[in-house]
Amino acid sequence: MRTEIRFAGFGGQGIIRSGLITSMAACIYSDKNAVQTQSYGPESRGGSCKSEVVIADTQIDFPKVDDPDILIIMSQAAYHKYAGAVKNGTTILVDPDMVRDRSDPTNAKTYDIPATKIAQKLGKTIVANVIMLGALAALTNIVSRKAMKEAILQNIPKGTEELNAAAFRKGYDYGKQLLKIDNS
Amino acid sequence: MEKRNKTTLSGKHFLSGDLACAEGAIAAGCRFFGGYPITPATEIAERMARRLPEVDGVYIQMEDEIGSIAAVIGASYTGKKAMTATSGPGFSLMQENIGLAVMTEAPLVIVNIMRGGPSTGQPTMPGQQDVMQARWGSHGDYEIIAIAPSSVQEMFDLTIECFNLAETYRVPVLLLADEIIGHMWEKVEIPPREEITIINRKKPKAQPKEYKPFKPAKNLVPPMACFGEGYRFHATGLTHDEDGKPQTVSVEEQNKLVKRLCDKIRKNAEDIIKVEEVTLEDAEVAVIAYGITSRAALSAVRKARKKKIKAGLLRLITIWPFPGKLVAEIAGKVKAIIVPEMNYGQLVREVERAAKTTPVFLLSKLGEEPHRPAEIVSAIEEVLK
Repeated sequence: MRTEIRFAGFGGQGIIRSGLITSMAACIYSDKNAVQTQSYGPESRGGSCKSEVVIADTQIDFPKVDDPDILIIMSQAAYHKYAGAVKNGTTILVDPDMVRDRSDPTNAKTYDIPATKIAQKLGKTIVANVIMLGALAALTNIVSRKAMKEAILQNIPKGTEELNAAAFRKGYDYGKQLLKIDNS
Repeated sequence: MEKRNKTTLSGKHFLSGDLACAEGAIAAGCRFFGGYPITPATEIAERMARRLPEVDGVYIQMEDEIGSIAAVIGASYTGKKAMTATSGPGFSLMQENIGLAVMTEAPLVIVNIMRGGPSTGQPTMPGQQDVMQARWGSHGDYEIIAIAPSSVQEMFDLTIECFNLAETYRVPVLLLADEIIGHMWEKVEIPPREEITIINRKKPKAQPKEYKPFKPAKNLVPPMACFGEGYRFHATGLTHDEDGKPQTVSVEEQNKLVKRLCDKIRKNAEDIIKVEEVTLEDAEVAVIAYGITSRAALSAVRKARKKKIKAGLLRLITIWPFPGKLVAEIAGKVKAIIVPEMNYGQLVREVERAAKTTPVFLLSKLGEEPHRPAEIVSAIEEVLK
């Protein structure tokens, strides 16, 4: 079983870090194989940026995302580039405040996660990616909540544990809430 | 999870290719890094800057890449295992001194995390465009060793291999990776220190007075005394005799030295070359690939086999010396060979030369994305039509 995940947005949003955390959650804090690759321009802030994660139970030959099962979109440019043609059943997480112009593919399941807005309410826009990771853990079963949280705590600066834990919880709860609505 | 002592890592780690390369170097015994930061190799320098002082090593950020490789040659001559890491433009600047390292037989390791060229090209994007430069970049006749890792685990393992080869053959060894491998994160299993094979250069048995610094042993490699060990000798970029004295007009010495420098690699090529063969036994099409491209090729060959197509993969771990004999053997058995490369056709020329009459097809790719497995499957189907 091979799962392909693509995170896309712009430099500075923690896109690459998100991929790193997810793959670490899978291969260090769960017993799976994972590989993360990344792509960004020479400008480290503001340019388009993507991060790809492949998770599998067996050894991973091709390490790049070929046709994603899960898409996390955090910018308008990323939406235009990646959300158009997806395979049937793809799960898409979109930050709706970063993507105004959209027409969601009908063959995919799209969830709106207002990660940037929730992050602003927490006082730090920078944790928007952690909110997304919370929602990702809630909405998919790629890694457990515990594994994702442990990987986050391994990847953040000292002194920001509480903020990031809160962001993760908010994102996770938001995701679970959406699932409830789905199932009702 | 992370068991770390001052000297080397062991156990299970989640690392990028660049970081694994630095840890491999430390494990191999590298204690000098001279370099200049450049995307996508900067993380190697960063890690070495942090790690070398912990193991009583020395890290120097030089003024540029010309100085970097010069410092590495000097460090090697004091007996240290030494390395540098760079990418395209920096690799170009190093070429003259790579020749000096070849001529003075300085064991050292140069890592080139290939990005898009020519010139400054695409700094953050992958490429395999320096494959021929790795072989022929410096002037004059010489042979060199170049190794192409295809995973983060191999960035660790093969960096150690590079040092072992450099020490065995007294030659600069290139770790030729690409941006994807350098920046990719994967799990790495690091064996306990005592299980890692480490080779050190052979020291002379002769008394200092009788020591001839460039007199080869049976394998054509001269035992190496290092500065400060009591042996006095002269090392030069000029053609020299076994004593190390310049021989700038002797036809005989020019023949003797140039041929030995080449032959110590050519005649030991079978010991040096490493490849991985996948379902080649009954293959009708062979894919020959290296580095990141080989992982797409592996996926493609597996997919083709599922479709009952007899495809096989020859993954080159060693690019130089080129395994021409093996490629010729495979060419004799298959209908066609496909060479996917992230360039506009480089190693494919070497494959064509070895394959003789067997058709060879280049699958070229430039820019951000490597070959998709499906593209290689299509190519396999196409050549069998």
